[in-house]
Amino acid sequence: MTGRQAPVSDWATDFDHTDPTWVADPYPIWDELRRNCPVAHSDRYGGTWLPTTHELVSEVAYDTEHFTSRAVVVSNIKPTDLDLPAPIGLAPPITSDPPFHAIARRMLLPAFSPKPINALEPFTRSLCRELLDATRGMSHFDAALEYTRHIPVRVIVQMLGFPQEDADIFRHFITQVLENVDQSVEERQEVIASGELDAYMNDQIAKHRAEPRDDLTSFLLEAEIDGNKLEDAHIRGTMVLLMIAGIDTTWSAIGASLWHLARHPEDRRRLIEEPALWDTAIEELLRAYAPVTMARMVKEDFDFHGCPMKKDDWLLLPFPSANRDEREFPEADAVELDRVDNRHAAFGLGIHRCLGSNLARMELTVALQEWLDRYPQFDLADPAAVTWSGGQVRGPRSLPVRIL
Amino acid sequence: MTTPTYRVEVDQAKCQGHNRCYSMAPELFDVDDYGLASAVGDGTVPPDLLDKARRAVANCPEYAITLTEVPL
Ligand code: HEM
Ligand code: SF4
Repeated sequence: MTGRQAPVSDWATDFDHTDPTWVADPYPIWDELRRNCPVAHSDRYGGTWLPTTHELVSEVAYDTEHFTSRAVVVSNIKPTDLDLPAPIGLAPPITSDPPFHAIARRMLLPAFSPKPINALEPFTRSLCRELLDATRGMSHFDAALEYTRHIPVRVIVQMLGFPQEDADIFRHFITQVLENVDQSVEERQEVIASGELDAYMNDQIAKHRAEPRDDLTSFLLEAEIDGNKLEDAHIRGTMVLLMIAGIDTTWSAIGASLWHLARHPEDRRRLIEEPALWDTAIEELLRAYAPVTMARMVKEDFDFHGCPMKKDDWLLLPFPSANRDEREFPEADAVELDRVDNRHAAFGLGIHRCLGSNLARMELTVALQEWLDRYPQFDLADPAAVTWSGGQVRGPRSLPVRIL
Repeated sequence: MTTPTYRVEVDQAKCQGHNRCYSMAPELFDVDDYGLASAVGDGTVPPDLLDKARRAVANCPEYAITLTEVPL
């Protein structure tokens, strides 16, 4: 939801990532800032900085000395030192800082490395086919509602070993955490702190403890840090993180890629005729339509390239803007499916590099392949009806298509 | 005339496991159980894989891969 805030007067000094202009099309804003004001500032949300070039975004991502990850979603709730048990944070490892970060991350890496993820491909493929089967005979439908949004949630529910029917429970919660950031403190707290989700997870943890299985929940129950099993709060935090980090993001990446393909018949044709193109094509779609902007908080007052950063200021980390920087990517606004040199930052850079990147790539590839296999020809039913999510994860939330 | 030999190397301190190298050139890179990469064998690049090695270098977001000419 957007538009609760006063309209933005000037992007360099008063930006707001929930402003309808930003939500509809942030690229011209970032282009302008990269040229004229590479570190913008806004007083909104209690003070927020915005570096936009590839160089500055990388610098912040690698600088864990001056920036902390203990809060990574900019909103009206600004945590203080007392609220969060830094350096662990509420949802390790994404909210953790060194040195604890490496421990929490290393524990999860094996579950997300290429081999176990490749094993999920057949499930993902049949899921995509099942969703497409349900659209059979429809000449017009909303691809975001009928197709893209179901894929990541059902894959993660499968990985965790929760019943497939429960996938819906998570959607409302995720929208609340990631998209409705411009609500009042009270509105946000009410949903996030209701305890409903914790209760669900506690129930699943108990069931898995009683009856261990070959899934991610049992993997977390068995995992150890320094010889100790994880506390339930840590396990719940990790589950919530995987939901939050894996669902809206991948939904957005698949949707934005379909939005591109709907408007570019020549790219559809190439992908169908040249299967060898998939590898570079997926990376290029991730570069051009990177959905995720992260955030950091400033640890202590310090000077960043002439900007007087203050302790607890927010900083938005727009990987999508870094990916459109001409100095790093020639013809950065053009989508070239055969782009060979592509060090894009869609999955972040440095120690927090997306833990789910192998999973996300697999889901994106399978979802687009299965779609093109079923619907090689399609376009947007009404380009003006496409809506984009606000906040730090950008993707189509309504994508009405017409099957040709 | 001998053609120069090349070798790839992964800097373990920089690799964050993006797996770009492994997915584009599995002949040259392997990943461990944590998804972190290393060169296959001693990293020697067969001449017909030199292009792939260059592509892997140019696609590692962390600048963790180096391709060097082995002195004769
Ligand atoms: C296209 C889809 C996705 C995109 C673009 C994306 C993007 C990102 C980015 C930019 C970060 C870096 C965070 C930072 O610098 O603070 C990140 C971290 C993370 N992502 Fe993803 N993500 C995607 C899908 C997934 C999936 C499917 C999962 C797992 C189910 C996942 C789990 C995580 C986790 C756990 C972290 C934290 C890693 C750490 O802090 O060490 N992501 N993601
Ligand atoms: S592409 Fe770079 S960071 Fe990724 S696995 Fe290979 S060496 Fe590591």
